[in-house]
Amino acid sequence: MHPVLKLVAQRLALGILLLFAASILIFAGTQILPGDVAQSILGQSATPEALANLRKELGLDEPAISRYFSWLGNALQGDLGTALTNGQEITKSLGSRLKNTLFLAFWAAVVAVPLAIFLGLLAVRYRERWPDKLISAVTLASISVPEFLIGYVLMFYVGVKLGWAPTVATIYDSMSLGQKLNAIALPVAVLTMVVLAHMMRMTRAAILNVMQSAYIETAELKGLTSFQVIYRHAFPNAVAPVVNVVMLNLAYLVVGVVVVEVVFVYPGMGQYLVDHVSKRDVPVVQACGLIFAAVYIGLNMIADIVSILANPRLRHPK
Amino acid sequence: MSDTLLKVEDLKIGARIYPPGEKPRDIEIVHGVSFELEKGKVLGLIGESGAGKSTIGLASMAYGRGGVEITGGKVWVNGREILGTSLRDLRKLRGTEVTYVSQSAAASFNPAKKIMEQVIEASLHQGKFSKKEAEARAVELFTKLGLPDPENIGDRYPHQVSGGQLQRCMTALALCPEPDLVVFDEPTTALDVTTQIDVLMAIKDAIRDTGVAALYITHDLAVVAQVSDEIMVLKMGEMVEHGTTDQIINHPKEEYTRDLVSVRSTQHDGQQPTDNPVLTVQNVTARYKGTNFDVLHNVTMELHPGQTLAVVGESGSGKSTTARVITGLLPPRDGKIIFDGRDLSSDLEGRSRDDLRELQMIYQMADVAMNPRQTVGTIIGRPLEFYFGMKGAEKKKRIIELLDEIELGEAFMDRYPAELSGGQKQRVCIARALAAKPKVIICDEVTSALDPLVADGILKLLENLQKIENVAYLFITHDLATVKAIADSIAVMYQGRVVRYGPKAEVLAPPFDDYTDLLLSSVPEMRLGWLEEVVTNRKMESAGN
Repeated sequence: MHPVLKLVAQRLALGILLLFAASILIFAGTQILPGDVAQSILGQSATPEALANLRKELGLDEPAISRYFSWLGNALQGDLGTALTNGQEITKSLGSRLKNTLFLAFWAAVVAVPLAIFLGLLAVRYRERWPDKLISAVTLASISVPEFLIGYVLMFYVGVKLGWAPTVATIYDSMSLGQKLNAIALPVAVLTMVVLAHMMRMTRAAILNVMQSAYIETAELKGLTSFQVIYRHAFPNAVAPVVNVVMLNLAYLVVGVVVVEVVFVYPGMGQYLVDHVSKRDVPVVQACGLIFAAVYIGLNMIADIVSILANPRLRHPK
Repeated sequence: MSDTLLKVEDLKIGARIYPPGEKPRDIEIVHGVSFELEKGKVLGLIGESGAGKSTIGLASMAYGRGGVEITGGKVWVNGREILGTSLRDLRKLRGTEVTYVSQSAAASFNPAKKIMEQVIEASLHQGKFSKKEAEARAVELFTKLGLPDPENIGDRYPHQVSGGQLQRCMTALALCPEPDLVVFDEPTTALDVTTQIDVLMAIKDAIRDTGVAALYITHDLAVVAQVSDEIMVLKMGEMVEHGTTDQIINHPKEEYTRDLVSVRSTQHDGQQPTDNPVLTVQNVTARYKGTNFDVLHNVTMELHPGQTLAVVGESGSGKSTTARVITGLLPPRDGKIIFDGRDLSSDLEGRSRDDLRELQMIYQMADVAMNPRQTVGTIIGRPLEFYFGMKGAEKKKRIIELLDEIELGEAFMDRYPAELSGGQKQRVCIARALAAKPKVIICDEVTSALDPLVADGILKLLENLQKIENVAYLFITHDLATVKAIADSIAVMYQGRVVRYGPKAEVLAPPFDDYTDLLLSSVPEMRLGWLEEVVTNRKMESAGN
């Protein structure tokens, strides 16, 4: 077997193992919480008989291990259980929320990743000169301001004063792609500003590190222009660290957008999770936790695999 | 003169240096050098590190490496003055009219791109050839340079070919755009002696066949004598002497040139082995963890008290692995290490503090073998504390003794490694090893990174210290001249085996086995025509092919 395939297979197996471990933690974590589901459904005034009946009905009288495996088994088949608060199937309501979150994350990434890499390249090209300093200052400032503040400021100036974009980002299935994009313009802008600095600075640092190499001098002595040297010779060797940071930020776009979703009333996963945490709806919290863990592990696994594939020594062994 | 290709007049080059604890300041590193080079001729630039050779070479492309800046003078290429022109014009010159071959092809090739892509890049970029023409020319050059499978070698990545092959690819890269001038900057220094010959011959043929002119930069006078028409000797950024190769080699005018020509003043009469070796390596077979092939096969050698055993061979021959086995860093699969009559534990954990003390090491890279944040006094004082529990005045007295022994003196006690020259750093490493009062010191290529005159000083020092302290050296080197200068016994290693072993006089006397013959004949000799002679007389292909 090609050594790269072996490495990739190893990463995949590790990822699955990790996801399994995460599912145990999520399940155990929700079990340690005080009170149980039956109590939260029936309230403080429930009689002990009613509680016992409900526990039996929900299967809560069985040992935790068997409950874990039946939960995991169902989850693997796509059944995440029913929400306690409204009795709806979690898979169904979570599905549309997840779709929305991924939609927002996808468009934020489409704007942010190329922009961050381009700005990183530009900063290297003009390092220690004003474009570099300006890029650093602006991106660092935007990451330093809390995202809800950026959100409200944009809403006020761009949405209300200028009227360029809607201030509420609620989207429906019946909207066309153009309408949807128009609706999410502001949250995409906020998310872009939040993740830009991290990726841009990593691109800059990784490329500057490579710029010390002798092969950069070779490229310069071939008469290439500075930008050609950077993108043809430096960037391909800086891919691995950049991809790692990009994936971390993509994970953040999926997992960490709660605040932005709330500010713009966007029907995504974050809002859904926050709602149900406050209602102590344990099955929903577990389901969200599992999805978030899967996204995080999946993206990091992709980063690992891309790093492996980007290394010519691994891709083309002697 | 119409056939003048390169003319350099009163070239001055400066650099900004950052001394530790002081403000950065500008210094001049080349002080007004002038010379001319005709079309198709080869000029050798020779001198020790810091002489300004590479800096002058790069100035012919108006390029300053790092913080280096050309501060004065004029450089003409093909009749055009280039120091005053714009970067845009310079880019047209670089990579087409003047090209560059660096010391380390391994570092100078982009690891993420195929060789062919890099070899033809400049020609395409400058619009000199179409892709097809450039590739055809590259294959032609690969063939001319004696690379195996010239049709397909370009499809490989740099890490997929050997060091010697990559150095030839670099030469192809430089010759591909049909330049008028190639700057060769120590192109064979990083190679094994036997590989060096192949590359040297390939370069020489290529220069002759393409009619290109060259600046050939090296610190090795014997090498430059083989390829150049003229030689310019440089020292500390100034020209010492400039003449034809024959004149410089055979009739040097200046004293410094004479020193360079006649370096290796160390002489050592080999002693006979004693009855009680201090260190015996017995039938050692070893492999690295996670691999399934042995890198040492049944290696046996003896080191006698107060003597020097030179272990010689090319990269990959198992010299350093032998040292790792002896020091306990790599437990062998089979065989044992006997030290001073007792069996040494095969791994590091099983060794007593005395075992550790009596066996010390000195490394090739003195820079990285010292903590840059400790003073020389702290570095040498550490083993005194660790092995002998010395403190305060007693420790200081011993440190000063050691500093005197390595000919540096008390003034160096409070200096940091960054404030020392390469030779001084290596001396401090020697003092640190001596501080433990060892019976054996393993010297792993300790002079390889040093200039010849400095290396000679280190060898003399080691020899004197051996007489005073009666310490035995296991001296690992690829350099046969060093071996001749210092050894009592010699072990020649090749592909993990000892192929020849015995007292110096025997090992260096004919009849030779094929490998030892190849190794001995590959050491560059300082006479004209040596290269052609050795290539025609060879019995065996070098390992680098």
